[in-house]
Amino acid sequence: MIDERDIRTFVNGTTRYFEVAAQQPASLGSPYLATQGFPELHEFTGAITVSGRRHGVVYFTAPRGMLTVLLMRMNESNVSHENLCDLVGEVANTISGNARRDFGDQFAISVPIVSVGDAARVPPPPDCLPVVIPINWRSHAARLVVCLK
Amino acid sequence: MPARLSSSPQPIRMLIVDDSNIVRRRIERSQQIPDLQVVGSAADGREALEMFRATDPDVVTMDITMPHMDGIECVEKLVQMKPEVLILVISALADKATAVEAMEKGANGFLHKPFSDRQLNEALEELLRGARAP
Repeated sequence: MIDERDIRTFVNGTTRYFEVAAQQPASLGSPYLATQGFPELHEFTGAITVSGRRHGVVYFTAPRGMLTVLLMRMNESNVSHENLCDLVGEVANTISGNARRDFGDQFAISVPIVSVGDAARVPPPPDCLPVVIPINWRSHAARLVVCLK
Repeated sequence: MPARLSSSPQPIRMLIVDDSNIVRRRIERSQQIPDLQVVGSAADGREALEMFRATDPDVVTMDITMPHMDGIECVEKLVQMKPEVLILVISALADKATAVEAMEKGANGFLHKPFSDRQLNEALEELLRGARAP
């Protein structure tokens, strides 16, 4: 189970991503435990599996509109399906990788595994209550879902 | 120091290695170093070795978390092939141990993701300045 300090690590990483990569800060909602089952996913989801001292999965899930605008903010004119998949994985990878600043090098992360649609290709570990961090950026909503043991 | 990094007018050749296409394109688009010419890009460590042999770059930007062969192993192999190559690791892995390991294997600089255009160019300038220093 992750604690408040761990959640702060992911909140900070998400905040940093939008400030630097998109040059436009995101507004993060209050993190909450998904006690009523796994949270609903948006159209694109990047998953990073975590092993080592912790294990589990970190998901960044976002709608097409947000990813398209995010690419454009990065001066990327190619907003193809492939690049949207690439971006959602890269966001998940960057936020998870940045978490090693606090968790150290025993927080081993995988390459991104991207899924499209409402089912993630990587299931969360059993008996793990997901923590959801709501992300609001411009007029779009996304989520970071952290399932760590 | 690679001959092309001396005061000669030859372009400095750069290889970009990252498993994200949008990051590779971003680095190529955002770098504004005069005389720096992108000669290739690769999506993983194995492909990077092939591209390195084919293009003989002076400078490499290197991601770490990649399929097939990670960036740390790739840095080590590139330095064995060409000890004077300059390698800037660009990675989301933000712990000190990773940066130290990359430098021990032969990397010359480290830039954390996410990065701004200004941070990228400053890191590349610093990399080249270090190579040109007497």
